[in-house]
Amino acid sequence: MSADTPPSSDDEFSPDDLATLHAQIEALETEVSDLRSEVDEGSADKMVIIATKGTLDMAYPPLILASTAAAFGYDVTVFHTFWGLEILHEENSKDLGLSSVGNPNMPLPNAIAALPGMDRMTARMMRNRIEDNDVASVEELIETSLASGVDLQACQMTIDLLGYDEDDFYDGVTTGVGAASAFQDMADADIQLLV
Amino acid sequence: MSTETATETLDVKGQNCPMPVIKTKGAFDGLAAGDVLEVVSTDSGSMSDIKGWAESTDGAELVDQEETTEDGTSVYKHYVRKAE
Repeated sequence: MSADTPPSSDDEFSPDDLATLHAQIEALETEVSDLRSEVDEGSADKMVIIATKGTLDMAYPPLILASTAAAFGYDVTVFHTFWGLEILHEENSKDLGLSSVGNPNMPLPNAIAALPGMDRMTARMMRNRIEDNDVASVEELIETSLASGVDLQACQMTIDLLGYDEDDFYDGVTTGVGAASAFQDMADADIQLLV
Repeated sequence: MSTETATETLDVKGQNCPMPVIKTKGAFDGLAAGDVLEVVSTDSGSMSDIKGWAESTDGAELVDQEETTEDGTSVYKHYVRKAE
């Protein structure tokens, strides 16, 4: 259709057509405003971390990132599964293990690191180093994360598998959650990490 | 910026990453509009961390950062204003 179509072409629209068009425009406007408010409401940034490791060194990255993201205004969930549960276990978290065996960055040769008692010594040395460098303890980071609104979750299947009880975990830890809720959280999140 | 303009001071000396940022956020939330928070830290990483936090946080304006020395130790001071 050319630009110089005579105005008489308006006659092609019957009052019924115009009414239908008006109704359609109204419906679209409502839909747009609904979508807009939905986007505004759900605008909080979100991060999900899956924590699967329970050694002293591997307890830190998820806790540090989680508490930091909370300080940036993110909604944060950390889903702890398998050995990651040790981080949330109130008693075990204060005595997380560390081994030099299989870690070529540690100064000890494997043959010596494998001797009885060496893992305990390695963990103790690391813990002293953490303290000497003013790095927060695992317990402190858990309390800080919970106080910042981080949702620390303990996978129910692994709780049962390892024979733990809900009461073994820090107050404020979410139990009774599984892979489906973790997946749902991940699908909604801006950042998803497996540690 | 001189310390007189700060309305509140947060001392996080002797604490390492990520605590300075987390405690800054906690103290910042308690500020009234227009208040300036002074954060005193011994963590050299706090220079970059608090700058990044302020850039990403609505209503937080990093007014100034300075490095001084107290008793032979480096001290990092940050001044964050809460928007009116």
